Amino acid sequence: MHIVVCTKHTPDTEAKMSVDDAGNVSWGESPLIINPWDEYAVEEALLLRDEHGGKVTIISMGPEDALEALKHAVAMGCDEGVRVWDEACAGSDTLATSYVLAKAIEKMGDVDLILFGKSAIDAETWQTGASVAARLGCPSLMYTIDIAELDPDGKTITVERLLEEGRQVVSAPLPAAVGTTKGINEPRYTSFMGIRKAAKMEYPLWTLADIGAEADKVGAAGSGVRWPQVFAPPVREGEAEIIEADTVEAAAAILVEKLLAEKVV
Amino acid sequence: MSNDIFVWIEQFNGTPAGASWEALGAARSLADETGGGVTACVFGGEGLEDVAQEAISYGADQVLLAEDATLADFRVEPQAALMAQAVRQAEPGIVIIGATFRGRELGPALAVALETGCIADCTALLFEDGQLVATRPIYAGKLLSKCVIPERRPQIFTTRVRAFPRPEPDAARSGEVSRVEPVLAEDDIPSKVTGFKETEGGVSLADAGIIVSGGRGVAGPEGFGPVRELAQMLGAAVGSSRAAVDAGWIPYAHQVGQTGKTVSPDLYIACGISGAIQHQAGMRTSKVIVAVNKDPEAPIFKLAHYGIVGDLFKVVPALRAAFKEKLG
Repeated sequence: MHIVVCTKHTPDTEAKMSVDDAGNVSWGESPLIINPWDEYAVEEALLLRDEHGGKVTIISMGPEDALEALKHAVAMGCDEGVRVWDEACAGSDTLATSYVLAKAIEKMGDVDLILFGKSAIDAETWQTGASVAARLGCPSLMYTIDIAELDPDGKTITVERLLEEGRQVVSAPLPAAVGTTKGINEPRYTSFMGIRKAAKMEYPLWTLADIGAEADKVGAAGSGVRWPQVFAPPVREGEAEIIEADTVEAAAAILVEKLLAEKVV
Repeated sequence: MSNDIFVWIEQFNGTPAGASWEALGAARSLADETGGGVTACVFGGEGLEDVAQEAISYGADQVLLAEDATLADFRVEPQAALMAQAVRQAEPGIVIIGATFRGRELGPALAVALETGCIADCTALLFEDGQLVATRPIYAGKLLSKCVIPERRPQIFTTRVRAFPRPEPDAARSGEVSRVEPVLAEDDIPSKVTGFKETEGGVSLADAGIIVSGGRGVAGPEGFGPVRELAQMLGAAVGSSRAAVDAGWIPYAHQVGQTGKTVSPDLYIACGISGAIQHQAGMRTSKVIVAVNKDPEAPIFKLAHYGIVGDLFKVVPALRAAFKEKLG
């Protein structure tokens, strides 16, 4: 089994995000981390590898900062890490990013399973997994909450995936693209040994030429979407109207009157 | 490319998704500005004639209807293939899809098939100087981003659930229903749906008009009792903060916030929730927010519209009694 996990680096969830007048986004002193949702994909890949054998490769398209995500995944237990980058990749939307990731996965050749987090906590597009599946022409199994069965010899996978009304049970041939979601597992912590291994590991850098990608299909040129403006949401004025009364019952009655007047009940 | 708009209508066993009517309403407003037409795409199994008519009542000028066994259970491959073909034939300038689980998978697949952009989870869609500009939250709503698809067509947008109002249906509206055939045969579709496990009971968070949530202050699994009773009385969904989920008091499916669900109900009642920034990220766009907390300094009171400082085990039952008196 060769399992590939796609990841990216993001600011920490605790980061106080801000934006200046020129539209530059800042996360202050907060560290860059592996996208938290991707940890579920990494954990699932490691569990499957330990059960069925084989190796797990973590891959990211990104500048040097992306190494943070690769190192964390290797510290968790991934066997290899690959970074794909070229200055031309800057400004890529998910259409362009999925092209690059698909090209890199095609270069690997022997991939059985491609895993993704459900979305990235920065841009939150929820799109990369489904886009890569479409690029590769392989089954798209997004929002998977349980891998019920994986048969490496028969080359099939059965998953339960989330829909609004419940869980859909789907079987598909390998290679398949599986988007994971919280609840599929409990990601492990990195160990001291793992962190040491990750620090020593070499992370090959693949350029566009290495993966056979065309420069006009990446970056802004290869993207459909532009994001010309980022801004802070308007802050709500003032504080809550605190309802006070002699008794709890009286306060509750006043609040209910106000909510009925707001026509939200 | 025309100024027509295609809207993908999602349904489950013939029951349409509210998110699709919201998307259709957004499309209708935009089309009314440009003079374009709105086409609803209803692709599923047998018995969708009523959904097609409903789509017209919600604002569609015409409907493309495909009823076929290959489309009965949602799979992205046959849906995307048929959408792509329909778009290539009619060349609408815009495609809008509700950002549900299905829609979030279909949008990007369709974008790849058509080599165009898809802007996800939009909360506003407005023309600015002739260019359609989408606003969407990023970094869990800590920031907003304005996005455009300047060159490629069609422009694909998914609309965040409950971010756009559901239009009033008008049964007097009329429109043409055209039948279309699927593009992929069953043998061409790699994935096979072999079962479905329905979520048992309760109102789902995503669709809920009212959500009653409990946090650390409920102090244990049994502490959700009064929260559930108030929710039941109001026909509301039950939510929770991460603290209550991590403590094992309630399943993850109820979690609201950055690492849970993003919700936007008309009324959000936070009981014993301090209001950490990660929780706020999931509920700040609620229309009216009520906080019940014994700590007057809790950050939730900065976000809430109304607050009662007090013991939730006294306040929440009192609220239920007061609602019951008014609503019967």
